Amino acid sequence: MKLFDYFIRPKPQSTAQTAKDRLQILLAHERQDRSQPEYLPLLQRDILDVIRKYVEVASDQVEVRLQRGERMSTLEIGIELPGPRALRMSSASAALAR
Amino acid sequence: MAKVIVITSGKGGVGKTTSTAALGAGLAMRGKKTVVVDFDVGLRNLDMVMGCERRVVFDFINVIQGDAKLKQALITDRRLDNLFILPTSQTRDKDALTREGVEKVINELRNDFDYVLCDSPAGIERGAHLAMYFADEAVVVTNPEVSSVRDSDRVLGLLSSKTRRAEKGEGSVKPHLLLTRYDPGRVAKGEMMKVEDVLEILSIPLLGIVPESPTVLSASNVGTPVVLNQNSNAGTAYADAVSRLMGEQTEMRVLGPERRGLLQRLLWRTA
Repeated sequence: MKLFDYFIRPKPQSTAQTAKDRLQILLAHERQDRSQPEYLPLLQRDILDVIRKYVEVASDQVEVRLQRGERMSTLEIGIELPGPRALRMSSASAALAR
Repeated sequence: MAKVIVITSGKGGVGKTTSTAALGAGLAMRGKKTVVVDFDVGLRNLDMVMGCERRVVFDFINVIQGDAKLKQALITDRRLDNLFILPTSQTRDKDALTREGVEKVINELRNDFDYVLCDSPAGIERGAHLAMYFADEAVVVTNPEVSSVRDSDRVLGLLSSKTRRAEKGEGSVKPHLLLTRYDPGRVAKGEMMKVEDVLEILSIPLLGIVPESPTVLSASNVGTPVVLNQNSNAGTAYADAVSRLMGEQTEMRVLGPERRGLLQRLLWRTA
């Protein structure tokens, strides 16, 4: 049986196929980044600065995404704010520190 | 009015200069008045591959800076009277190449030639940017290898956004894929990506497939564009690419490396 298994076992993928697969995944990401306008990271930083004047948010909690359409594009800005519970906890710890 | 073609790749060492020399000589052999221009300021090498390194008096930078006339800097090839070389300078001053200067020289060349081939430096810095900026078409030289394909993709992005054509909305620079150092034997064993794989990833028209061949090195050793060697498969592949560049329909051949017969091997002395 073992010998039989040896013959029907699928061949490992060729290195050329691995190269192609890796490139296709990587380039899909890189092309998406490239199609974004250059001002997007700067816009993200400015938005973050404005929000930080009022609420404490981490830099990875703001997401700016541009979706290009045929006739119009939409700018999607997602900001993750701390919930009331997290706020209460942070004000309590602030009071304790005082 | 000449067609301005940039030979580019992003990655270094894939065969841009070899290809510029071969395509330039091939176009001249077909009766087209052609000039090959070296944009690799500081690391000039096109003159060596073309075999005219000892005849350089004035260069591209001298012309840009007004120290020499274009006619004084152009070197006429000794083998083909339709072929000219504009060497670059060995200065380390990276700002020597200016957009205005390059534009002036390219415009002047456009009036006098059928084809202007710009040999781009590796990378995506100033020299590479200016080599592609005024181009009508681009030959993207790629090896069937991950880093080369990735860099070619990056360069294709730049061709469609950072060129004069793109900025003026005149449509993008027309790209052609030139696959070099292709080894059909390794492809058959699954050790190298197939032509079809690279085409599927980059999705641009194929200009030619140049096989890995020892004649490429021996041609550069002696300063002869490999297309002049009729017995070389790489030379034949470049000749095919030249006819496609001229708009002819030529059947795509996948040539293997040269195989010498027993007698040839026994008598073999020089490459």
